[in-house]
Amino acid sequence: MTRRGASAGPTPGLCARASRGDPEWNTDRGWQTQVEAQGRQGKVSGGDVRGVRLYWCRLARRPAALVGTVVFLTIVLLAAIGPTISPYPPNEQDAEAPLEAPSGRHFFGTDQFGRDVFSRVLSGARGVVTVSGLGTAMAVAIGVFSGLFAGYQRGVRSEIITRVYDLLLCIPSLLLAMVLIASVGPSKVNIVLVVGILYTPNVGRVVRSVVLDLKSKEFVEAAKARKERRGYILFREILPNTLGPLMVESAMRFSYSIFLVASLGFLGLGVQPPASDWGLMVSDARDFLQLAPWMLLFPSAAIAALVIATNLMSDGLRQITAPAGSAG
Amino acid sequence: MLRVSDLSIEYTTEQAVLPAVRDVSLDLANGESLGIVGESGSGKSTLVMGALRYLPANGRVVAGSVHLKDQDLGELSAADLRRVWGGQVGIVYQNPLGALNPSMTVGRQLREVATWHLNMNKRQGDNLAREMLTKVSMPDPDSVLKRYPHQLSGGMLQRCIIAMALMTRPALLVMDEPTTALDVTTQAVVLDLIEELKAEFDAAILYITHDLGVVARICDRIAVMYAGEVVEIATTRELFARPRHPYSLRLLGCIPHFDLGPQKRSLLTIPGTIPRVNDLPPGCVFAPRCTFAHEQCLAASPPLVDIGAGRSSACLRWAEVPDLIDVAHSETDVLGRRSEEVPGTADLLVTADVCVDFKASGRSLEWRRHKGRVRAVGGVSAFLKLGQTLGVVGESGSGKTTFARAIIGLTERSDGSVRLRGHELAPGLEARSPQAVRDMSMVFQNPDASLNPRHTVGQAVGRPLSLFRRLRGKALEGEIERLLHVVQLPSDYRGRYPGELSGGEKQRVAIARACAADPAIVLCDEPLSALDVSVQGALMNLLMRLQSQMGTSFLFISHDLSAVQHMSDWIAVMYLGKIMELGPTAEVMRPPFHPYTEALLSAVPVADPDAVQEGIRLSGAVPSATHVPPGCRFHPRCPRCLGDQCRVEEPPWRAVAATHWVYCHILPEELASNQFGIREGHAASQREET
Amino acid sequence: MLIFIARRLAMVCVMSLVMSVLVFGVTQVLPGDVTTMVLGQFATEAAKQELREELGLTRSLPVQYGTWITGFVLGDWGTSISSQAPVFNLVMERLRNSLMLGFVGLMMFAPLGILLGLVAGLKQNSWTDHFLSVGSLGFIGLPEFVSGLILIWVFAVQLGWLPASSAIPAGTGFVDAFPKLILPGVTVALVGLAYVLRMTRASTVEVLRRDYVRTARLKGLPVRAVVFTHILRNALTPTVTVIAVSIGWLVGGLIVTESVFGYPGLGRLALFAIQRRDLPLMQATTMVIVVITMLANLVADVIYTYLNPTIRY
Repeated sequence: MTRRGASAGPTPGLCARASRGDPEWNTDRGWQTQVEAQGRQGKVSGGDVRGVRLYWCRLARRPAALVGTVVFLTIVLLAAIGPTISPYPPNEQDAEAPLEAPSGRHFFGTDQFGRDVFSRVLSGARGVVTVSGLGTAMAVAIGVFSGLFAGYQRGVRSEIITRVYDLLLCIPSLLLAMVLIASVGPSKVNIVLVVGILYTPNVGRVVRSVVLDLKSKEFVEAAKARKERRGYILFREILPNTLGPLMVESAMRFSYSIFLVASLGFLGLGVQPPASDWGLMVSDARDFLQLAPWMLLFPSAAIAALVIATNLMSDGLRQITAPAGSAG
Repeated sequence: MLRVSDLSIEYTTEQAVLPAVRDVSLDLANGESLGIVGESGSGKSTLVMGALRYLPANGRVVAGSVHLKDQDLGELSAADLRRVWGGQVGIVYQNPLGALNPSMTVGRQLREVATWHLNMNKRQGDNLAREMLTKVSMPDPDSVLKRYPHQLSGGMLQRCIIAMALMTRPALLVMDEPTTALDVTTQAVVLDLIEELKAEFDAAILYITHDLGVVARICDRIAVMYAGEVVEIATTRELFARPRHPYSLRLLGCIPHFDLGPQKRSLLTIPGTIPRVNDLPPGCVFAPRCTFAHEQCLAASPPLVDIGAGRSSACLRWAEVPDLIDVAHSETDVLGRRSEEVPGTADLLVTADVCVDFKASGRSLEWRRHKGRVRAVGGVSAFLKLGQTLGVVGESGSGKTTFARAIIGLTERSDGSVRLRGHELAPGLEARSPQAVRDMSMVFQNPDASLNPRHTVGQAVGRPLSLFRRLRGKALEGEIERLLHVVQLPSDYRGRYPGELSGGEKQRVAIARACAADPAIVLCDEPLSALDVSVQGALMNLLMRLQSQMGTSFLFISHDLSAVQHMSDWIAVMYLGKIMELGPTAEVMRPPFHPYTEALLSAVPVADPDAVQEGIRLSGAVPSATHVPPGCRFHPRCPRCLGDQCRVEEPPWRAVAATHWVYCHILPEELASNQFGIREGHAASQREET
Repeated sequence: MLIFIARRLAMVCVMSLVMSVLVFGVTQVLPGDVTTMVLGQFATEAAKQELREELGLTRSLPVQYGTWITGFVLGDWGTSISSQAPVFNLVMERLRNSLMLGFVGLMMFAPLGILLGLVAGLKQNSWTDHFLSVGSLGFIGLPEFVSGLILIWVFAVQLGWLPASSAIPAGTGFVDAFPKLILPGVTVALVGLAYVLRMTRASTVEVLRRDYVRTARLKGLPVRAVVFTHILRNALTPTVTVIAVSIGWLVGGLIVTESVFGYPGLGRLALFAIQRRDLPLMQATTMVIVVITMLANLVADVIYTYLNPTIRY
């Protein structure tokens, strides 16, 4: 007696319910993803959801990543429109109202100079997002080029690039940042440059390892057999395949750079007062911990929210773009 | 002893619920060996693993039962099930290296079975392990016990796994494609071993494979699976003599037989593709691809019925299933004639003494001894004629892939010459003329890796068109469509990505890409190895048709001797970097031949239970190019080694006939007198009569 | 094996040398005149010049570098400009403190991280796993100054259980310093825990995919044998490597934590030196941190090679 008809049924909705795990020890998840892999290869295939829609489905089923992405986008949006919605200019001091608790007038309270903490947090968002964003973009740009080159060519030049990466990665990043900022002075541009230099090796390493992996694949060999130019092979054949890991790494670097910029601000090596840098605000808040805990709370919450959101988003990206067989 | 009744298994994936196995019933008696044959997606592994109740979290048995020695496996607790797995079932896996823990010694992994299931202590466990290794003819068991898996060869590892499976003298032995990952000669030895152990251990064997030749040797009965259902069960002899299901019939017809006649015939194909398991046709699951289907077949799925004499078939029209011979005769055609021209200066491609050296990596002492050089190809002289196919056969380490790469320029040769149409080709690609680059292209073994996952099919095929033939716009589109048509893919595949294609479809795209610029030579490096049997047949037909239509020459590399002899006009047999024998197909497959060719022919599993093969077996493992033996490089394993002469002197390249050479010290007359190659049985003689 | 270690040590030496050049180069670029900082703004030019000569700043750069690097290798690290104490003693004192803090942190996060990561990997996609994975992402995201200050606020200010400041006088022993090491240790451990947990989880998941786990299960081995003998052994290898690498971070990267708690560690010393433009101190501190990081990487490589038979044999 066939039960084929009963089991197949209508394709349950756009995104089928994911399998809930077996609560006891289950030591063979790998097979589950093998079946998924076969499904993608059209052997034990599922429905016809492909391409971008597939990614949306997967994102939708991962609440953590979804939350992260939403929060991230919200903060970026707020950073962009900050000046327009800010109730007070961030540096406007109000001698009448220092250290006021959060209220209808001052959502996040005021600091020791009577400045509105909410406005300062908003304007700080702008600073941190811009600096981190530009720094990460720079790291990605240089990292991609150097990583492609270092991975593909064998020879002295790529060895040097790899060694430079190793060298830069040998130093704890905050220490290196401190030394560099101390040399060139803490301006916004310098911080962007420092972030860029600091994180280029990470991006470069990731790209390099993907290139090393792809270099020996047959489609690259086929291109070589057609005597394609190196530029074509690197940019048209290999680069598109690095986008997955690259996106994940970029998101991670962005989150680290927020961390870094905030830490530099905390140590006094970031943008100087009276700028409303979140790290700086936290550092100021130390002295008023008992009196005005909101001075600490809101900038800290902002930093934490942005970093955590970016982490969740990047982790979600990693899961979504992971090749078959490496789920989780 | 093992009874599977109406078993159905489902998987729940991201996108749908997949009924992977449906209503399967099987019986296995003590001491019997049942082969489960099917292509990918047939559900054979799922069936067996599910029967043992070993499924991943998203799989479950939705109906039916499995009884092992009258015990219902579905009713057992997890602990009891583990006891059954350890004590009563032994499993041999497909990939021996992956199946063993890389950070534990082999001995320890064997001992575990004894200490946990047989209540032995460490010493007793070790003794039992040693005893089992001796039983599987492992040389020097003590040293093997102390080694780690990566230090042993594939054949030795598989023997260890067999030993491990048999340690508890299980009632049921499950073998999941155990020899697929091994070389042909190693496979033959392992199959010999399995036959011996069958007799000694009296376990019931469940043998999963896609290779009908292996099943013909090992199994008493065969169950054929298709898309999650068992479609036929019969004894081996009966199935090969007269299959009673259209799928079994066609499957048998897809296999190339050893045919030494002058004609190149196409193989039977199965039209269409294996259905997706969540998109099954109503009625008989094979009906959409079946040429005998009637209305009743499309209405409801036929059950597996007993058709007498212990046979079952899931075809409503089983009694009318025609003879394979007739179907083959009517549905296949002659695609060409094997050529036997004398090679000369007019040859398209001539290689002379091509050598390829690699710098050895690694820190071992041998590296220093060889001055850091590994000679992967040691002087190969061959030729390729216009519009013909040269088949290159060899096992791993023979250097056949390296040789092909040296011809096309991907690997630079260290010595020798390669001439295309009389002009010498530079070792590397940079120095070659655009015409020379265009004239050669390659099809690779791994369909997943030969297409860029980020390029559509249209982009992949279009690149050589725009690069070499400078086509643009409408002309380009038109040509892409034509090429897709030639490789029998629908034109809407242009916008698809490789991830959406099956293995066979990807390989077709690769062939289309290789032929796009109209090359003179296409080098095919094991293009079929990763594909299903029916897909292999279809692709072989495609290649032969392309050759007759476009006059392309092929260099066809494979370890599969039957495929090579089916497609090729000429055959070169390679071993450890040198050609052992070169000649027209028919002559190479007939005595006199080189002892290595003889061993290969003895070892290759033939899909005919009545075939008689010489029992030549090679001792030892296939060596690597870092240790090339002096004199004749084959001498350590050669069953006909003459002694000192073979050990010290390099053999001459002796002409056995006008166009047939053998690289051996033994005189052709002596070889001819005591070799007999393959004699196929009843089915083959029937074929020859038609 | 020994050859391997020797080669890597040689590599470390070469890289340290290159780093020393970089460190020296960077410190030369620092704006701000040392002499002004020491003598004050109103010092005469002559006095400044005299100080410069005394400090050796008038010699050519290569000579200065040469003197410095030879001194460094031989153990003479000069005198701190801002505190007039021998740099060597200062650095060693701080190094000891950093090692103590690092040890406490490591003990807190390493074993727990491995255990939780293993659990998360084994129960992949269950609620436990989601909780642990997402939670660990959260902890990674919490900057140390945030978590540190919150801990101070809760445990020191509100509850009063632990001291708010971890400043310890020079020469304090481990046992005496321990109460003051707890809160900073926890701060550090929160971040480290997240990393180790995620790394272990990822490698556990990876190992579970492997065929030999299936073989082990189908051999009928009990769960604990499968987990501890087969899975853990292989899953632990990348994790242990990561832990070894983190030693570098624990020694020199805890600048923020040390600042929050006022703990006299190596990171804060580096910050102090940079702010004061105290060249000898800065150079020495940076070099020590860098060399220790490189040695930690070396240890990680050696451990990895040792644990992985496919490389060893």
